[in-house]
Amino acid sequence: MAEDPVIRVRGLVNRFGSQTVHDGLDLDVMPGEILGVVGGSGTGKSVLMRSIIGLQTPAEGEIEVLGQPVTGGETTQDKDLTRQWGVLFQGGALFSGLTVAENIEVPLREYFDLSNQLMDEIAAYKVAMVGLPPEAGPKYPAELSGGMKKRAALARALALDPKLLFLDEPTAGLDPIAADGFDTLIRTLAETMRLTVFLITHDLDTLHAICDRVAVIAEKRIIATGSVAELSRFDHPWVQDYFAGPRGRAAAIARHHAPLEIG
Amino acid sequence: MPVLAIGLADGVLAFRGRLTIARLSETERQLHELLAPVPGPLLIDLSGVTRIDTVGSWMVHRLLRERPGSRLSGASADAERLLAEVAAADRPCDMRPVQQPFWARELGRLGLYVITFWQSILALLDFIGLTIISAVRAVASGRGVRWQAVGAQMEQVGVNALGIIGLMSFLIGIVLAQQGAVQLRAFGAEMFVINLVGRATFRELGILLTAIMVAGRSASAFAAQIGSMKLAEEVDAMRTIGLDPIEVLVLPRTIALILMMPLLAFYASLMAILGGGLFTWVDLGIPPATFVQRLREVVPMSDFWIGMSKAPVFGAIIAIIGCHQGFQVTGNAESVGQRTTQAVVEAIFMVIVLDAIFAVFFTALGLD
Repeated sequence: MAEDPVIRVRGLVNRFGSQTVHDGLDLDVMPGEILGVVGGSGTGKSVLMRSIIGLQTPAEGEIEVLGQPVTGGETTQDKDLTRQWGVLFQGGALFSGLTVAENIEVPLREYFDLSNQLMDEIAAYKVAMVGLPPEAGPKYPAELSGGMKKRAALARALALDPKLLFLDEPTAGLDPIAADGFDTLIRTLAETMRLTVFLITHDLDTLHAICDRVAVIAEKRIIATGSVAELSRFDHPWVQDYFAGPRGRAAAIARHHAPLEIG
Repeated sequence: MPVLAIGLADGVLAFRGRLTIARLSETERQLHELLAPVPGPLLIDLSGVTRIDTVGSWMVHRLLRERPGSRLSGASADAERLLAEVAAADRPCDMRPVQQPFWARELGRLGLYVITFWQSILALLDFIGLTIISAVRAVASGRGVRWQAVGAQMEQVGVNALGIIGLMSFLIGIVLAQQGAVQLRAFGAEMFVINLVGRATFRELGILLTAIMVAGRSASAFAAQIGSMKLAEEVDAMRTIGLDPIEVLVLPRTIALILMMPLLAFYASLMAILGGGLFTWVDLGIPPATFVQRLREVVPMSDFWIGMSKAPVFGAIIAIIGCHQGFQVTGNAESVGQRTTQAVVEAIFMVIVLDAIFAVFFTALGLD
């Protein structure tokens, strides 16, 4: 791979009080790939994401995103950088006082001086692209189901056609059918819009379905990266339990058999 | 070289450079000016486009749609893919909620307000009844009152409030004495400052100010505590285990406030007297001994008892309103905030309404 990584993390250290969450964590995310980050509860997956997008100032370490250094709080003021990424938070984090359409238009309004008509058109096709029904535009977040909220939040994250998409547990709280639908949507959008995706998940089906590469956080570092197949042969107790446990096997089998049933 | 160049010649519209969202505001204006005098179909040449995103594709798609018969040439594989994607996503979509005219909206809001006001009064009466039934049931069943919880609440609503209530009352005492002195000095009747401070404090201000402070401090706390328990389904969990949430949550808080309010009101009155006394000593030169003696002469015991008799009633209503609003929380965290605000507003309002009723009542009894 001759290309420069889109995200480059070196020697990241995060501490909360006396508790060290990350200790010398290294990670590269290459352009165009979908990287899944897995790890047990409390291993600092979300903290890693928050460090990369500048919501958390690390104690030590270097982070570069799209070639620019990220150093905590000031980064979120750097509009050239924030314009190029979209973030989907776990609960959606839609602005509750705005409709879905207005939520999608927030980033457009912030960065560009567009006619209202064009902004409405952009919001409308984004609503369609994430698979929401046309009636969803004027609705407020409180009127949406969990799955629709996630889709609307994804539409907002994609409003500026970002190069880089961060997803924090996109399928958490969705029923299996909605989760499958969301996985497919992310894969399709990533392909059509040539996105690089940084994805935190607990969902083994998601890992199998859409991730090009998976990074495992344990012992305060990334202990392994590789495809799901490679990781299931990786000799570490947590990784083994995770991929070779009953759920891991079920997800692998489902993945294996899916094409047979369709074809 | 510009990031994006747009050229129009002989019905051929050529884009060169990056057709992306970054330059979109200018692109939109440029296109509008360029194309206004040229009606009819176009040949759109995308061969010079180095980068395109969905927004750029949308602009192209829009041109194709607005000018039937237009054609495309030189589109890269990327552009073809994105164009297909936005074309598939092109469908009518509602954008704004339906807006009613101003007068209908405001009239509707007024009506709704009246209805909710009436309903909230009924709901509150309902809740007071429920609390009394729960109390009777708890005692009748032999379970009794949870005194440990009552003790914990008494510390929260009473002991922990001593600092702020004391300071507030002390300052109000000073202000009252000072304002009174300014007016009464005109008549050479400075001594009457003691009447003013003593009577006003014991009968009205001590208890009223305490009740308002407690409403702000504890009604909000009760609403927020019970509201978040409701969100976390703790209240439902209690019900499934067979605990009565009113007995567990509302009774201890109500009893704690009923017991603490008279003590707090008495303490507040003393602090206000202290402030007033200090001011009259320093400013008017009335020595403390004279102040106390005069106080005993002019403040009848009935003032004290009237003040104290209101306290438990205010305590009960504040606690019940706080808890009631807590139980009204539904859905999300925003509702906790709303209900907390509502609890404070309603509690202060009810305290003042009750105080007015008490004033009329005691006057009718001839206790003035």
